Amino acid sequence: MKAATEFDAIVIGAGSVGNPTAYFLAREGFRMLVLDELSSSGQGQNKAAIGGVRATHSDPAKIRLCQQSLEIFSHWKESTGTDIGWKKGGYCFPAFTEKVETTIKGLLPVQKKFRLNIDWLDAEGIQKVVTGISPDGLRGGTYSPDDGQVSPLLAAESFTREAVRLGAVYRYREPVKSLVLNGNAVVGVRTEKGEYRAPTVINASGVNATGLCQMAGLNIPILPDSHEGGISAPVQQFLDPLVVDLRPGPEGKTINFYFGQDANGQIIFCYTPKVPISGTNRNSTYEFMPIIAARLVEVIPRLKNLTIRRVWRGLYPMTPDGSPVVGKAPNVEGFVLGVGMCGQGFMLGPGVGLNLASLVAHGKPVVDREVFDLLSPARDLYAGKKEALK
Amino acid sequence: MSPDRVERHPILEVPAHPEIVEFTFDGRKLEGRKSEMISSALFANGIQVFGRHRRDGSPQGIFCANGQCAQCLVLADGLPVKACITPVHPDMDVRPIEGLPELMADDAPVYLRREIPEVETDVLVVGGGPAGLMAVTELGAKGVRCVLCDDKQVLGGKLSLQTHNFFGSVDDCYAGVRGTDIGRILEQQARAQKTVDLWTDSPVVGVFQDGMVGVLKQGHFTVVRPKSMLVAAGAREKALAFAGADLPGVYGAGAFQTLVNRDLVKPSRRLFIVGGGNVGLIVAYQALQAGIDVVGLAEVLPECGGYKVHRDKILRLGVPVYTSHTVLRAEGTDRVERVIIARVDAKFRPIPGSELAFEVDTVLVAVGLSSVNELFEEGRRLGMKVYSAGDSQEIAEASAAMFSGKIVARKILQDMGFSAEIPSEWLRIQAMLRSHPGPALGFYPPPREMNVYPILRCSQDIPCNPCTDVCITDGITIPEGNLLGRPQLVGDCVGCLKCVAICPGCAISLVDKRHDPSATVARVTIPWEMPEELVQVGQEVPTTGNEGEIVGTGKVVRILSGKSLNRRRLMVLEVPFADAEKVAGVRIRSPETPAVPEFVPPVTDDEVIVCRCERITKQMIVDYLENTGSRDFNAVKAALRSGMGPCGGKTCAELTARIFRELGVDLKAVTPPVHRPFTQEVPMKAFLVESEGSNRV
Repeated sequence: MKAATEFDAIVIGAGSVGNPTAYFLAREGFRMLVLDELSSSGQGQNKAAIGGVRATHSDPAKIRLCQQSLEIFSHWKESTGTDIGWKKGGYCFPAFTEKVETTIKGLLPVQKKFRLNIDWLDAEGIQKVVTGISPDGLRGGTYSPDDGQVSPLLAAESFTREAVRLGAVYRYREPVKSLVLNGNAVVGVRTEKGEYRAPTVINASGVNATGLCQMAGLNIPILPDSHEGGISAPVQQFLDPLVVDLRPGPEGKTINFYFGQDANGQIIFCYTPKVPISGTNRNSTYEFMPIIAARLVEVIPRLKNLTIRRVWRGLYPMTPDGSPVVGKAPNVEGFVLGVGMCGQGFMLGPGVGLNLASLVAHGKPVVDREVFDLLSPARDLYAGKKEALK
Repeated sequence: MSPDRVERHPILEVPAHPEIVEFTFDGRKLEGRKSEMISSALFANGIQVFGRHRRDGSPQGIFCANGQCAQCLVLADGLPVKACITPVHPDMDVRPIEGLPELMADDAPVYLRREIPEVETDVLVVGGGPAGLMAVTELGAKGVRCVLCDDKQVLGGKLSLQTHNFFGSVDDCYAGVRGTDIGRILEQQARAQKTVDLWTDSPVVGVFQDGMVGVLKQGHFTVVRPKSMLVAAGAREKALAFAGADLPGVYGAGAFQTLVNRDLVKPSRRLFIVGGGNVGLIVAYQALQAGIDVVGLAEVLPECGGYKVHRDKILRLGVPVYTSHTVLRAEGTDRVERVIIARVDAKFRPIPGSELAFEVDTVLVAVGLSSVNELFEEGRRLGMKVYSAGDSQEIAEASAAMFSGKIVARKILQDMGFSAEIPSEWLRIQAMLRSHPGPALGFYPPPREMNVYPILRCSQDIPCNPCTDVCITDGITIPEGNLLGRPQLVGDCVGCLKCVAICPGCAISLVDKRHDPSATVARVTIPWEMPEELVQVGQEVPTTGNEGEIVGTGKVVRILSGKSLNRRRLMVLEVPFADAEKVAGVRIRSPETPAVPEFVPPVTDDEVIVCRCERITKQMIVDYLENTGSRDFNAVKAALRSGMGPCGGKTCAELTARIFRELGVDLKAVTPPVHRPFTQEVPMKAFLVESEGSNRV
């Protein structure tokens, strides 16, 4: 029998990555501790996610991890009995310009190689998939029907509940003050309330990850930038896929935007600012709604009849090369990283969690080692080229 | 079918020839009145169920009547709109919303201009009620640029719903004048200020980064950049979680005042009121004025918390007040048909077997108010220079709000560098106006040796002095020398009736013993604000004492009316000489003996809806908190969706706080809910500046 402060592994951060990681390790029989500085699970950036989950990336590691996320999310209700708002509506990247057409068509070979269910549809095909899409200038687009959406709020809640059911201990309002080191090994963490010991400590602390890495002598530069999102009042289901419009906005402030209808019927939307807004400020701006409203009704004019309920601003933990940092920390024993998700932590989370759990429990990831190592913390974070489809 | 309208009103003006508009509801042709809200037009046609909830098909209708919730959602010409803030148009096709509304398949392209108007100002005032209007008048007098935003079409805030003469001080806050009239006076004063912009139909919907404030200015999203912001947004009604509280026909007293006193709709035939504070007591009186029967009023405490004069005047009219009683359940299919109350023990737990049942169509909840201060808190969090006044600062009477507005305006002026003094007298009066009524001390007895004299049935320390002001002989005084004390007749009385006419509490009668030298009968004059048709000259009426006890009968000799009486009438009664001092009123309804139900099952937590928007029961929240041990409002929201609906937790946040307390959790240990824009739902169109031209997106 272990002392109450001794665990098999400790996860720092009860968020998009930390919750699935804790759940999968608890399923391996690990006695887990999850620490979070906030008052409950999923209260950091997890709840700011819009909930889109797609495997249709161009980076092989992200493709494989998100395929696993899709597998986990889509079977979650069967395996746990809990509805987390899974909606298999697919993703659609419509092309209104030649440039966008060239970009997304260029990705298809890689995506096909990974046997992703994605194809180019002509304008008529896209109109069938995206109800009400403006035909004006529509050239066609890609459609991947196996992608989908999940409620980030319900997913965080359910992963937490299942982990707790398997014996995981969650402690909130406990920011980690320092790591307990033994030589070059991390053997525990200290909070204001005490010290916890475990042979493995997993850093899944999102936008706080850099500071925690520094406590272990690691330099993993993760800089948050912010993105705003919003949600409407619910209407009857009419829009199946999440729609990503890769055109820059005519207002000069957005480089792309995306939206979809969640399982609850609400339209949820977000844009990528042309100039990244660095920092941790999460206050909403007055210009977000006017800008995105114009973009939304341009693509689907009938959205003008929606009612807007809420807006918010969340943080993307960005890495220098735009790819996540996942795996065992270099040169530090017992320290595992699931950080730098660059705004895709929610869709990557279950896949990352499953592989980190396997890595900790069995010494190897579930996916091919060579694919997994594309995200290795030991890589040169400044060497990589940013992914085309972000 | 006769529409459910207030056809005659003793105080309010009823338009003789209102302009009629025809519209349809669910295909049925109906008549409404031009520019009235859809909800009122439907109520006037006897329709109180507007749709069915998507989760469980439960009937939905009016709840806040204030644009804050979305329970009154209907489809109007294909668009989901809140019926309570959307005017009915000729030929409007209104349909109930069964489940989720369909997004209208209108695929016509939208042509846009991009500019969202931005307005700079010195002070943005949120709310055009007594505090806000007083504040801009004060600020405008110094030439300070102000924008005042109010969500309603008419300024005055809740003053425009108050038909009674106001309490308070004559010199300082229009005591003795009706609330509706005070609202107009304050608006005129504000309008006279050259540097003040008054925006009606313009709710403030959010505070943003850099102190930018979003306003839905007459349907268009507009951004205001103020140097400081004064939140004078008033209060919202507290909710009470009981079984059936979500049935159409259960709503707030304020919503009722909106329907009746603003829109002149008669939403009820027989109603029951829960809560014996001033709001509940006043609304009982106002219901009777509108010809609606008030079957009873329940107050959980051993005494009503409102002014005794308000309670006494409804007791005299024959409304029973059940103290130490709580409401257990409202019952009915699709709407309230019956309400069950029960006596409570010392710990406010209902006592089994003490239940009483009343057949009613409406239950009004009047269990207090809470400050609308989210914008203040958000502004402060964002580092803005923010102030609050009126009920947003502290719940009190409207007279106190007027003072608060003046005082805070002076504070703003000082902070802006103006030389502006805050007289200590103002602070003293504000404190008095905010004070709670004192204990009932009894009223000063009338002098024995006079033939004509008033009986001043004012037995509590409350801030009020109009009687001392109007007495033409200066014969009435407050011995304590301040606003709070009880008035006493110390001088002469010539029977001018001015005190009877002005007393806001209707607590003064005039005894006149000069008419019958044989001392068989005497005349008593009482204030009379009930519907004209109820009592006629020559009629014998049951007379009551101060607290509604039957005295005997009296004959109505005259009913005085006139301009000087400010729409109050005075009823002159001839009563037995010995009754003269006892008679304080006449009864217009006989209290019924309530039914004693045979068996009332105890209310279970899964009968009690806490989050009305998402239909979350108390049981679900209790289970979640007990199973997880969570100390975070946001976790409850995330897990159950409670508070994630259209109202944004305005009702359920407080009810959830109560559940935490019931479970023995100290609220200080609970993380409060996060607020994000918008404070109310905003139509997408508000953000789209459509243009005729071809400058396409």
